[in-house]
Amino acid sequence: MSAELRNYDQELFWFQRRLSLAAVLVVIGFLILLGRFVYLQVIQHKHFATLAEANRIDTQPEAPNRGIITDRNGVVLASNYSAYTLEMNPQKIADLDAAIDEVSKIVEISARDRRRFKRLYDEFRTNDSLPLKSRLTDEEVARVAANRYRLPGVEIKARLFRQYPFGELASHVVGYIGRISQGEKERIEQQGLTASYKGSDYIGKRGIELSYEKELHGSAGSTEVEVDANRRVVRVLSRKPSVVGNNLQLSLDIRLQKIAEDAFGSKRGALIAIEPGSGDVLAFVSKPGYDPNLFVDGIDTESWDALRDSPDKPMLNRPLQGGYPPGSIYKPFMALMAQELGVRTASQTINDPGFFRLGAGHWRDDKDGGHGIVDMVKSIAISCDTYYYQLASELDIDDWAGFMKQFGFGQKTGIDIDGELPGILPNREWKAKRFPKDPKLHVGDQVSLGIGQGFNTFTPMQMAYATAVLANRGVAFKPHLVKRVQDARTGESRLTQPSPAYTIPLKQAHVDVVLKGMEGVVTGGTGRTAFLNAKYTSGGKTGTAQVFGLRGGEYKASQIAERLRDHAWYIALAPMDRPTIALVAFVENGGFGAEAAAPIARKVLDAYFDPALLDAAIRKSVSPAEALASASLQREVKRAR
Amino acid sequence: MIQHLWSKLTDHLDPFLFAVVTAIAALGLLVLYSAANETMGRVISQSQKVVVAVVIMIVIANLSPQFIARFAVPLYVIGIALLVGVALGGEVVKGARRWLKIPGIGNIQPSEIMKIALPLILAWYFERHEGSMNWRNFVVAAILVVIPFGLVVRQPDLGTALLIGASGFYVLFLAGLDWRIIVSGAILSAIAFAAAWEFNWLHDYQKERILTVINPQLDTQDAGWHTIQAAIAIGSGGLFGKGWLNGTQTHLEFLPEKHTDFIFAVYGEEFGLVGGIVLVVLYLLFIGRCFVIAANASTLFGRLIAGTMSLLFFTYAFVNIGMVTGMLPVVGVPLPFMSFGGTALMTLFIAVGIMMSVQSHRKLVNS
Repeated sequence: MSAELRNYDQELFWFQRRLSLAAVLVVIGFLILLGRFVYLQVIQHKHFATLAEANRIDTQPEAPNRGIITDRNGVVLASNYSAYTLEMNPQKIADLDAAIDEVSKIVEISARDRRRFKRLYDEFRTNDSLPLKSRLTDEEVARVAANRYRLPGVEIKARLFRQYPFGELASHVVGYIGRISQGEKERIEQQGLTASYKGSDYIGKRGIELSYEKELHGSAGSTEVEVDANRRVVRVLSRKPSVVGNNLQLSLDIRLQKIAEDAFGSKRGALIAIEPGSGDVLAFVSKPGYDPNLFVDGIDTESWDALRDSPDKPMLNRPLQGGYPPGSIYKPFMALMAQELGVRTASQTINDPGFFRLGAGHWRDDKDGGHGIVDMVKSIAISCDTYYYQLASELDIDDWAGFMKQFGFGQKTGIDIDGELPGILPNREWKAKRFPKDPKLHVGDQVSLGIGQGFNTFTPMQMAYATAVLANRGVAFKPHLVKRVQDARTGESRLTQPSPAYTIPLKQAHVDVVLKGMEGVVTGGTGRTAFLNAKYTSGGKTGTAQVFGLRGGEYKASQIAERLRDHAWYIALAPMDRPTIALVAFVENGGFGAEAAAPIARKVLDAYFDPALLDAAIRKSVSPAEALASASLQREVKRAR
Repeated sequence: MIQHLWSKLTDHLDPFLFAVVTAIAALGLLVLYSAANETMGRVISQSQKVVVAVVIMIVIANLSPQFIARFAVPLYVIGIALLVGVALGGEVVKGARRWLKIPGIGNIQPSEIMKIALPLILAWYFERHEGSMNWRNFVVAAILVVIPFGLVVRQPDLGTALLIGASGFYVLFLAGLDWRIIVSGAILSAIAFAAAWEFNWLHDYQKERILTVINPQLDTQDAGWHTIQAAIAIGSGGLFGKGWLNGTQTHLEFLPEKHTDFIFAVYGEEFGLVGGIVLVVLYLLFIGRCFVIAANASTLFGRLIAGTMSLLFFTYAFVNIGMVTGMLPVVGVPLPFMSFGGTALMTLFIAVGIMMSVQSHRKLVNS
């Protein structure tokens, strides 16, 4: 019994001791919790307070409206409209194809949409969502919204889209925008423009859109909002509006451009028309063109391959990147140089037997039996090769190149779109560098150069510029496509090209002779047929440039493969008393300049001098697109308010 | 008559314990209103549950410990039977078999019954062998612990299993389990845990939860999200908190489970360190009172059950706050008397009722 009692006591003793121990542990436990509170709420308070704010506040970038591009008369060439896009986030989707199939049950997804999405995905591999279909109708938006729960990773977004209402027309001038690539992203970062581009997905890729990116883009704004954990906006805290891009007014007259492009039909080539007294580029044609709208929401692989691989090279900007021998349109400049260098006077004549012989060399004139007695004016009007063979053989090539350089041959004209090539204006140094095995520039080479063949490689832009400088009698204006940059908010605008770049010291009497020869081309020379009954005076020069050297044998255009046919050229300036337009028309593999190029120049000049023709050009074909463009402009204005 | 009824109600009520519990529950309702984005729905529902739970508590407080002890065996047997039922045909929710659908009653979670039943049967068992306890009794007791523990682990619900295990251990500990066994058991558990980790006996989500405590950034989306957002809520509360109804983490839906297991994060954000201290002090007062009751209990059954309940209250509060503040893995343990939800509330008030019964029937036994 006592043992049992002792046992009781012992058990009670144990119990009390253990209970005390437990009580101590409880106190320690709560002290640990208090320590944790102090750590979180006092020591780390700032850190967590910052995190809570970051949780709560979301900065939503607001992409700026891109500047609008208009022609010289205010016709819109590139504008924005807002539309709904259906976007998918590849990160949140395991099986893209299955997801697209699922979406296509709700909204029609074309094969092109699919291909384009694939291409975007392959190209960018981003964490962002990519557009699958753009320009959804209100009904489609509603249908997707209703089925959203079935489509994880799919969202509808309102975005601004670039639109080029004229499509292919002037596509090589305006260019296009596209999604910002990795390389462009890095460049933006290097230039410290990251903040301006927050929220922007697009950047200029070609043409004016590329070269004036800085003006057009504007800078991003941002909205600070309070959001919940699902990133739903609860309320707006502050807003910094975006700054819209500047609007650009081009020197281009879209009506003239339209007439020029139509005049080409399906032919390949280039045409540049310049106002000599200002450097304004009035028309800038590169045929064939492409539809820039294809690129706006990402081009699909097949369309891109078709453009890239086409033998017609629609993506080539021929005026800037096409290098061709000028052929006989070089002759007026040769004639001017002969006088300036004192090698010929205007009245000096030669007797053309139909060929030129020098040592063992023999060069044919294109007229059998020759042109007879030929002076400088006639040599231009009838395009006498022998006259220039002889002249060229007497010149020093470095003096020659030095003179021609003043007219911009063999160098970039500095026009305001990227991608211009310099071409080749041959001299001794160039020959030695280019042909180390045959470093000497022979007299025989010079003879060919004298009629614009051989090594001469100029871009159509250079020819247009040279013609404009000649028309302006040596006063050179830098050619430019953008005339005016307008701040969309203040309405203030500035001209891009205020004054002449330089003046070539020419004796005006020498210029008169050349212009007289060029007028002769139109009134009684090689351009007579093309300019029959013109209502204005003009000067011109035809040119036919060989694609490859014909070694003897008769030239039969019809028998030569189309791609090996001669290139056709025509330069023109008008009116003769004080030219307000200078142009070059170039038809790739067009054959004779007088037949292929001169008629195109005629159509452009006719329209240039006849406002009724100009207006008709644009009313006829573009009004629906124009209506669309202005409609989207209005929508945009509403948005901005 | 009314006076008689009133005294019947209050005679067995421990005023101190009741006051503290009421204070904590009231605080809980206040926080719940904020967590429910200033709507009354959940507050009313919880208040009703508190009232029902208090009534049950009073009823139990009026029963003598001897009477309560009679329920130990049937309750334990029923609990085990239900756990077996869960294992055979329970409802699978989120990959675990924890619920049992009983026609006419609804879904019940039998592991909850075990939280009370296990301490009861152990206390009952030890009292039966009072004065003549030897190692065999502890072996039997250990078996009584291991059966429900194993069944709940298999559901799988490691968190609840550990709590059930803890309740069993507390009884053994207070009953005087040899220190050598406790120490060697602790070592064995550590080895078993290491082995379980190494040989993949643990479920991936369980491992993940444990890893998440060590480094919440590991998985910011799922398991880590709870922990990180709770820490942000509490930490950003600072000294005095953002004020009632002003918690941004709470009201912008960053906090998960903010009505239930994570309600302390809401409290910490809105009432700060000061609020935290107040709550800890309330729990200390409550548990301290429970310890006093245990120390003064007149029977072994009363001592063991009261001591175990005291430690269980502490464990729930500690584990919950520890997990919400990111010190312990996320397991499904509600904050005692504050978290929204009826089952846990009922269990807790039954436990408080048992405490009061032990306290109020002490003199009766003595005299």
